[in-house]
Amino acid sequence: MSTLTEPTVHGSRITWATVDTWVVAKRHLLHLVRRPDELLGTLMIPVMAVAMFGFVFGEAFGVAMDVPGSEYREFLLPGLFALTMAFGIGNTTISVAEDVRGGVLDRMRSLPMSPVAVLAGRALADVILAVVELSILLALGTLFGWQAHLGVGGVIAALGLLVLLRMAFSWVGILLGLLVSGPEAAMKYFALVFPLAMVADTIVPTDLMPGWLALPAAWNPLSSTVIATRELFGNTAVPATTWVGEHALTMAVLWPVAIIAICLPLAMARLRRLGR
Amino acid sequence: MITDEPAIWTQGLRKSYPGRGAALDGIDLAVPAGTVHGLLGPNGAGKTTTVRILATLASFDSGQAWVAGRNVARDRAGVRARIGIAGQYAAVDGVLSGRQNLEMFARLHRMRAREARARADELLERFDLVEAASRPVRGYSGGMRRRLDLAVSLIRSPRVLFLDEPTTGLDPRSRIEVWDAVRELADSGTTVLLTTQYLEEADRLCSRITMVDRGRVVAEGTPAELKSSVGGRDLDEAFLLITEGA
Repeated sequence: MSTLTEPTVHGSRITWATVDTWVVAKRHLLHLVRRPDELLGTLMIPVMAVAMFGFVFGEAFGVAMDVPGSEYREFLLPGLFALTMAFGIGNTTISVAEDVRGGVLDRMRSLPMSPVAVLAGRALADVILAVVELSILLALGTLFGWQAHLGVGGVIAALGLLVLLRMAFSWVGILLGLLVSGPEAAMKYFALVFPLAMVADTIVPTDLMPGWLALPAAWNPLSSTVIATRELFGNTAVPATTWVGEHALTMAVLWPVAIIAICLPLAMARLRRLGR
Repeated sequence: MITDEPAIWTQGLRKSYPGRGAALDGIDLAVPAGTVHGLLGPNGAGKTTTVRILATLASFDSGQAWVAGRNVARDRAGVRARIGIAGQYAAVDGVLSGRQNLEMFARLHRMRAREARARADELLERFDLVEAASRPVRGYSGGMRRRLDLAVSLIRSPRVLFLDEPTTGLDPRSRIEVWDAVRELADSGTTVLLTTQYLEEADRLCSRITMVDRGRVVAEGTPAELKSSVGGRDLDEAFLLITEGA
């Protein structure tokens, strides 16, 4: 009897945490396979943004920046890559809030699995999803005439920074999903992503914003990633005038690491407190 | 399978929520191994809180709790490796298929991929879900969903199974199916702690019943003892008399 009920323990704690994380991530990826509309929904925002900002407003923004519309679009696309990473927060938050409400999280908490994997699986799924989204966006961008000028190394480094940013936002979404009262609330607060995504060096260069907005926009973690990726892609950029803009590459690594270092332990503490 | 050591044992279990007062006000339980024990009481009596504490999903303020020989407060991992939980709060994934659910939870129970697949096959067969195995759970009937829930909770052949209102919201036929499954489990040596609002359910399934009301134990005994203690004809009457007297 006891040989059947005792889980056979082979391998270390870290090995198991990794396996558990992958099993949980696979669950979320299977969701996407069964409900592809969610992925399409996430992709709709940047695709529409390319059409709207790139072509409808593009010429006018180009005039404001004193460049042709095509060059504005080259400036715009790295901004939209990062913006897509930010919009992912919505899906993450809703999915975690649904798991809290639906009882799947409780089931996992009652299992002899690694506690951090319960949440890290969601983050891993988000990262894999980000790679898929970015591949599609790169292809679309190429279709719209966008290109990287500094070779494969630069592209890989830029994609790495974008995925890192998404991982950080994933942990923000996980923490929020554990804090909100339910998936409906998560949907209501979704509009809050807009200032995060747009009060940044994404669509409009910060020096065209009023002074009081330019400062938070420059310090927005998104801005660092966008400026750094523009550099790595060799795309049109506006010379940085702030300290944080000049150190974009360093900050594009530091911001996400700092966000994860804060949100991950808070989310774990919240998960433990769910049962009080 | 019945041994001297109770499979579930609590003494003076207390828990209060800030602003809402005591949810549990000293619960004592002793459930012998291999039996079906009922936790019976009205809504808000503390049944679900008790189960959540014993299943390591919630903390408690004072008292002692042991499950399958493990201290609930100190050895959560040990308890988790030996229990199963099913019922209204520990859910299955609605988007995944029945098979995907079983394989995922089996993997999270630390089974290897092949082992997990074999276990899923076995449980799908046992709970009559083979035909529906690859359909999303969302499209299952209430009874099928509850059977899958039960199958998931039995992946590791737990020593102690917690069933939180396992038949709430089920039609009579599905209810009987779940009852049959519970009886089968008890016959194979699993200890079952079952919470229910249905007296008939407790009467039919449980060898002993603990009646709780407002976080306290108000009566304990076999269904027959509880009935005779108040001279009532059925458990319904006994329950009303006991809770009113408390």
